[in-house]
Amino acid sequence: MRHVISALVMNEPGVLAHVAGMFSARGFNIDSLVVGRTEDPSLSRMTIVVNADERILEQVRKQLAKIVTVVKVRDYKDLPFVERDMALIKVSTTLGKRGEIVELTQLFRGNIVDVGPSTVMVQLSGEEEKIDAFIELVRPYGIKELARTGVIAMPRGSSTVSVPEEEVGGGGVGPKRERIAKPPARTENERREPTQEELESTPPG
Amino acid sequence: MTVSPTPSIGARDDTGQGNSPVTKTPAYTAFRTDQVADLQVIEKRLDANGLPILGHPPGLSTRLVGKTGAQVLIQMLAEHGVTDIFGYPGGVVLPIFDALYDADVNFYLVRHEQGAGHMADGYARATGKPGIVIVTSGPGATNTVTALGTAYMDSIPMIVFSGQVRTYAIGNDAFQEADVTGIVRPVTKRAYLVKNVRDLPRVINEAFVIATTGRPGPVLVDLPVDVATARIDEAVDDTPCLPGYKPRVLGHSKMTRSAADMINASKRPVLYVGGGAVLANAWKEVRELADKSNIPCTTTLLGVGAFDENDPRSLHMLGMHGSAYANYAVQEADCLIAVGARFDDRVTGNLKMFAPKAKVIHIDIDPSSISKNVKVDIPVVGDARLCLRDIIQHIQYVERSEWLGQVAKWKKHYPFTYRNDGPLAKPQSIIEAINKVTQGKAVFSTGVGQHQMWAAQYIRWSQPRSMISSGGLGTMGFGLPSAIGAQVGRPGELVIDIDGDSSFVMCPQELATVAQYKLPVKIAILNNHFQGMVRQWQQLFYQSRFSHTEMVNPDFAKMAEAYGVKGIRCTKKEDVHKAVEELIQHPGPCLLDCFCEANENVFPMVPSGKALHEMNFGEAAHAAPPPNTARELGTLA
Repeated sequence: MRHVISALVMNEPGVLAHVAGMFSARGFNIDSLVVGRTEDPSLSRMTIVVNADERILEQVRKQLAKIVTVVKVRDYKDLPFVERDMALIKVSTTLGKRGEIVELTQLFRGNIVDVGPSTVMVQLSGEEEKIDAFIELVRPYGIKELARTGVIAMPRGSSTVSVPEEEVGGGGVGPKRERIAKPPARTENERREPTQEELESTPPG
Repeated sequence: MTVSPTPSIGARDDTGQGNSPVTKTPAYTAFRTDQVADLQVIEKRLDANGLPILGHPPGLSTRLVGKTGAQVLIQMLAEHGVTDIFGYPGGVVLPIFDALYDADVNFYLVRHEQGAGHMADGYARATGKPGIVIVTSGPGATNTVTALGTAYMDSIPMIVFSGQVRTYAIGNDAFQEADVTGIVRPVTKRAYLVKNVRDLPRVINEAFVIATTGRPGPVLVDLPVDVATARIDEAVDDTPCLPGYKPRVLGHSKMTRSAADMINASKRPVLYVGGGAVLANAWKEVRELADKSNIPCTTTLLGVGAFDENDPRSLHMLGMHGSAYANYAVQEADCLIAVGARFDDRVTGNLKMFAPKAKVIHIDIDPSSISKNVKVDIPVVGDARLCLRDIIQHIQYVERSEWLGQVAKWKKHYPFTYRNDGPLAKPQSIIEAINKVTQGKAVFSTGVGQHQMWAAQYIRWSQPRSMISSGGLGTMGFGLPSAIGAQVGRPGELVIDIDGDSSFVMCPQELATVAQYKLPVKIAILNNHFQGMVRQWQQLFYQSRFSHTEMVNPDFAKMAEAYGVKGIRCTKKEDVHKAVEELIQHPGPCLLDCFCEANENVFPMVPSGKALHEMNFGEAAHAAPPPNTARELGTLA
């Protein structure tokens, strides 16, 4: 089954190598892995798409969390979320069919970002399936070049995969250590019974 | 045997808090094997959140201003209570070695950096304190990779400080340059490359936090030479900054409660204790749980000593070469309580048929160990000692006479046995002699192979931190250097390296370290002129085609003498006991090369792919045939 995992990691050299190395060492397959900056310059976000069953997914999540430079891991298993992939596609227009391609691009709410004598470059974003579908449609015209970003994702509504203020001190070993001594403020979510997953992975509340 | 009544110099004090410092040229001391001080539980200095209290209170500090990186390193190691360092100098670590020249710390010069790593590892296993290594860049650092891997697999706290070429030369293929952080990343908990001397104090503190807390493990700090020589020019903040590091210490109360309820309700529980219980200093709690609920207890290779094997409830070691009674008990158990053990394939045999009747409680500090191999019913994530304490509170006394009776019956019917026939000494008989002479009261290290398994089987382990062995990675050559580390960490105690001839020759150069520092390490080589365990597999599974497993060895006794270490060679069966006594009673370092039968195999053996109860007993004559466990246990249901 396809799973999207979001990992907040420390923005340091070697972290990507560590995560990638862990995946290869443990034989987990990555469909896509995207790294980018976040609202906090000291942190980067990795969005990882894996194809795995529940047991493997659990190991992936735990092994990721085990890496010291990985700050937080969340999989979007039981969560409504938005995912986006973006593609730049250079399509051949030698057959004089530029109009058809422009029309297709409009139907998919994409943009033409470059026009050459015999090619157009289409920029398209959306879920992976949408882009796959577009690619199949323009393939007969001749795809000269294709680049995709891989999936980035974010949960819908107010829930986030970022480090809440209390947790910076309450969770890890950090400059805000003095906060550790105080009982961390409880949020709405933490009042319910903990799930198995939480019992195994979160620090005591 | 006769032993000198003189108390040994530099023996551990009874508090177990610190070791008396090793003087660089200690007088040899006689051992009193009957009076080895009980290892006290080393109370880790932890704050309310289970984090270690660092040597110097962390924060913005001016104490390091004006010091070079090398001086900062040496000063902070002292602040962290480091008394012993293993290592080897080289070009880019010269600033650090210069700072070491008049530092108040015992430095042990090794002969190969792998040896330094294993020594630090043995030191950590024997004392519970992190082992410290300083090596140079390039080959110096890459030579520690095997040692890092060994420590990583067995979760041993260790910090390697490696030199690195100048920061501006990094990446230019400079002389003795290697991408060390890249190379060691998969075998360390964290690998640092320090590019600015102002980061160094924080990194050193983080290294100690990471190495010693949570599931312990090795950390490497790569120090470019210009960072080691640069001076700190202003106050620096050395507070660790590890936002993603959340080792869980206290088990969830709901889980400890359900674990206790399950134990109380179980009819045939078995305690399965691993190296994690030793790392967490949890042996008293293991004992208390076994006592309070009458639970038979088996240990893994790394867990031996966590439960006194002289206790009738002890099932000794389990697994591939474990005892038949431990394996039968696990297969028949209705509740398996794993403490700091990770369900390694050498323990479980065929996973699908492992402990088929048991509900599994797994106490482990590493969440990723839970349900990795075996589906766990009640996970308790936290420090083994604290989790066990919580569980014990809710435990009710249960008699379990039927279950213990069954276990006793198995113990009686299926002891570890071998035929002591043939012209040469049987390797098992040599271990038995060592066990007899020492009464099992010594620190033992081993290499890897048949001798390691026989040591686990035939020494009657009764003391925690007395088994120093490479379990996870299975590193041959580990025995001698780790024994040296253990001897450094526990001066005045008897330390014996039980080694095989093939394992020994992988790190024999450390005999020079033994001689240089006059460490009274004892080395007993079970010499069968073969890579015994590989030979055994070739015999059993490859039609006795002994492909490249026969060894032509040097005369080990003469080799030892050449290094300035007393050497004894024993080629006759009848001389074994006397030779072992001579080895143990010699006040200084001593090596015994003991010839033994080559065609002996380790049994019982669970062939790979088979379930734990499908053991091969080999030629060993048994009082009873393998049990029809279903029938025998039908009466217990």
